[in-house]
Amino acid sequence: MTAGRSALIQVENLKVRFDTPKGQVNAVNGISFTLGRERLGIVGESGSGKSQTGKAILRLLDQNGRVSADRLSFDGIDLLTADEQTMREIRGSRISMVMQDPRYSLNPTMKVGAQIAEAFLAHTDASKKAAKERAMDMLSTVQIRNPATVYDQYPHQVSGGMGQRIMIAMMLIPNPDVIIADEPTSALDVTVQLQVLALIDRMVQDRGMGLIFISHDLQLVSTFCERVLVMYGGRILETLPASELGNARHPYTRGLLDCMPDLGRKKRRLPVLERDAGWLRNGPQ
Amino acid sequence: MISLQGVNVVFGKAVSAVHAVKDASLHVAGGQSYGLVGESGSGKSTVLRAIAGLCPVSSGTISIDGTVVGPKRAKSQLRRMQMVFQDPFGSLHPRHTVNEILEEPLRIHGFGDVEDRITRMLAQVGLDTRFRFRYPHQISGGQRQRVAIARSLILEPEILLLDEPTSALDVSIQAEILNLLVELRETSGLTYLMVSHDLSVVGHMCDRISVMNKGKIVEEISDRQLFDGNFAEDYTRQLWVASKGYDADAIRRFRDFA
Repeated sequence: MTAGRSALIQVENLKVRFDTPKGQVNAVNGISFTLGRERLGIVGESGSGKSQTGKAILRLLDQNGRVSADRLSFDGIDLLTADEQTMREIRGSRISMVMQDPRYSLNPTMKVGAQIAEAFLAHTDASKKAAKERAMDMLSTVQIRNPATVYDQYPHQVSGGMGQRIMIAMMLIPNPDVIIADEPTSALDVTVQLQVLALIDRMVQDRGMGLIFISHDLQLVSTFCERVLVMYGGRILETLPASELGNARHPYTRGLLDCMPDLGRKKRRLPVLERDAGWLRNGPQ
Repeated sequence: MISLQGVNVVFGKAVSAVHAVKDASLHVAGGQSYGLVGESGSGKSTVLRAIAGLCPVSSGTISIDGTVVGPKRAKSQLRRMQMVFQDPFGSLHPRHTVNEILEEPLRIHGFGDVEDRITRMLAQVGLDTRFRFRYPHQISGGQRQRVAIARSLILEPEILLLDEPTSALDVSIQAEILNLLVELRETSGLTYLMVSHDLSVVGHMCDRISVMNKGKIVEEISDRQLFDGNFAEDYTRQLWVASKGYDADAIRRFRDFA
């Protein structure tokens, strides 16, 4: 495994389990990876455990979820044993999370600007006036053309793409070291999606942040990230440089790539992914 | 088979009016698979709904097989054209079993040998009889979309209107559903009109494609043009470039098309 020059997040043998009325569900089954100052993609289909991995790092699992790991650390802090106070200091200010749909993750009863300013006030001792200025700056940074107008709007008054830019502004304002983006652009049109990603890209590069980009979109991840983890059934089946995705060896990754319709070659039938129970028996690579 | 001549759809009145479809014309031949692509709000689904008679047309004509159809349609006209919706979670009645879902249209249209038709239809969409008495929440997303397809085909229509039939599904399941749709068209000679935001899905399924932006049909292209990236309109080219994945330089050149 290629560890980053300086590992920000280290995960060893992470397991996430949920107790449900129907018994225990193993969402993540012993995965290990490290995140440096890089763009790391986690791809997988629904139910692969990719989102729960992101949530486990921030200890944001639902009530019935349990996390265990040999190691789960961020910048030397043990996230398994850290108290709630420490976690609160990490969440938002040092590790931020961008969720999928701005319509659900912004507060509908609060003006956009106030929400961004709140994110800043919560993590600094700044005055309200300073927070407003910072929020305004942030809105321009995420390429909103008329920040003063948008500042006083409610989330329902802005488009999906703008909503997601606002989310990103809110996540970036405390200047975190790591961003966990869980399908941050899946609800957006392709062109808007790419523009939002370009924004995240620039932020990550300018500020030297680490990014965990969780997505179901193999093509997008392979063009946007530097390294890709392929998850299936709560395991990492394969880790590879994004540029090498075309040469993936695991039959699951190959199957996923093959079953996508391709603009370059027309075929009558798409190959169907044949799943093999053996993939889940072998340990992670 | 399907002909649209200068179709306009306007929702609401006066200042709050939304001109969703502007002067749309297109022609789909019998047995053809025709695509409509565009971003959200481009009016592609509204065109589909107008054809199905699900939303009012302000001006222009829609004709099916040479007959102009209006807002009021005979049962026999409705039967010939069926729709498959995007979200298999929302489009199936949660308190009806698969059997009831498939039985209802048959009863409404007075079909006989209900039993037979249901078992045959389930087999045709690749569901075995175990699924017949299950509820939608007891089956997977892909299986649900198979039920939705079965429901639309059970009336033996000639035209299938497909509104983003795979966009809520994982790619591996999408491949299975697209394959099923291709097979069904080959065996029953159906005409497809498919709406999608995904160029590669439309390119895979359709031979003629209309590209829509902000209510207007920007251009009509062939699947060949889609493979070659050879377009008359910059808007289409931008969509095409965007569908190729992340490229920082290309994104810098993106612009807004009126």
